[in-house]
Amino acid sequence: MKEHTVIRAVSRILIPFIQLFALYVIAHGDLGPGGGFQGGVIFGASIILYVIAFGMKDGRKVVAEKTSDILNSTGVLLYVLIGLLCLLAGGAYLEYTSLAAFFSGGEHSEHAKHLASHLGIYGIEIVIGITVAAVMITIFFEAARHEDD
Amino acid sequence: MALDLILLIIIVICAFAAVQMRDLLSAALVLGACSLIMAVIWTRLNAVDVAFTEASVGAGITTVLMIAALSRTRRGEEGGEERDMGWVHDGAANKRFIFRHIAMLIVVLVTMGVLIYGTMDMPDFGDPDAPAHTHVARRYIEKSREETGVKNFVTAVLVSYRGYDTLGETTVIFTAGIAVVLLLRKQRR
Repeated sequence: MKEHTVIRAVSRILIPFIQLFALYVIAHGDLGPGGGFQGGVIFGASIILYVIAFGMKDGRKVVAEKTSDILNSTGVLLYVLIGLLCLLAGGAYLEYTSLAAFFSGGEHSEHAKHLASHLGIYGIEIVIGITVAAVMITIFFEAARHEDD
Repeated sequence: MALDLILLIIIVICAFAAVQMRDLLSAALVLGACSLIMAVIWTRLNAVDVAFTEASVGAGITTVLMIAALSRTRRGEEGGEERDMGWVHDGAANKRFIFRHIAMLIVVLVTMGVLIYGTMDMPDFGDPDAPAHTHVARRYIEKSREETGVKNFVTAVLVSYRGYDTLGETTVIFTAGIAVVLLLRKQRR
């Protein structure tokens, strides 16, 4: 679709807003509908839109093969690490309230527990978002036909 | 109620059209439309999180990935024209044709009967005594706010109470990505 000026111009305007919306969906998963899965998919879709409008080669300039490969596995790795962090803090695996041990010593107040739980949930949402976005981008890059095929 | 019925009928029509279509690109798009209407139905059932997922994953990314996969193959079905010419001037072939179609009809009707029989035992829609509402749901609705500090209890269940399952889900997505890379990426030396 190299010669479609309209598509290129429109997607150039739309992509930043799509990405902003994706970040909003990830960040507001605890208040309204949405979360890591949906936000990640929307973010992945913005990159896919770019690739469709500007072609594979330019798309790979934005997200290099190495970048998407590394991000693919970073998500799950960080998820597991958050779980281990909870163990380290003295709680069960993925028990976010135990993370309070890192910023309030001894007996944890209700507030500290809420904050810890919130932080843990935010972390997981972001990590899921990274995984989903990276995997969607990877699958699209690998599944679509390349120009040099 | 009427709106729900119309939406459900449109879904059935979309699904039927997607199966019948020879053009695979149109079939993928019709399936996307199907998902989008499903998302509207989820919204009407007040399952906003599910609707959001259905709209972004089902209608959005799945359609795009199917079209991406189509770009590697042909747009139509192979030998699509000849396949449907069931009725020819040949007695034995016609008998086989009729027999095959009657057998298919019986299988479909029996499956439909079993499925309908299965739905008769299901609790009414919104029934407070339904099994889904009597076990953990009450705890999630009443306590999730103070136990996790999160307002949306769908998120609380997904990430906090069922965090371990979500880890599994994330691993499944990761595995899918790795599998696609291993199978489709061009081998370079």
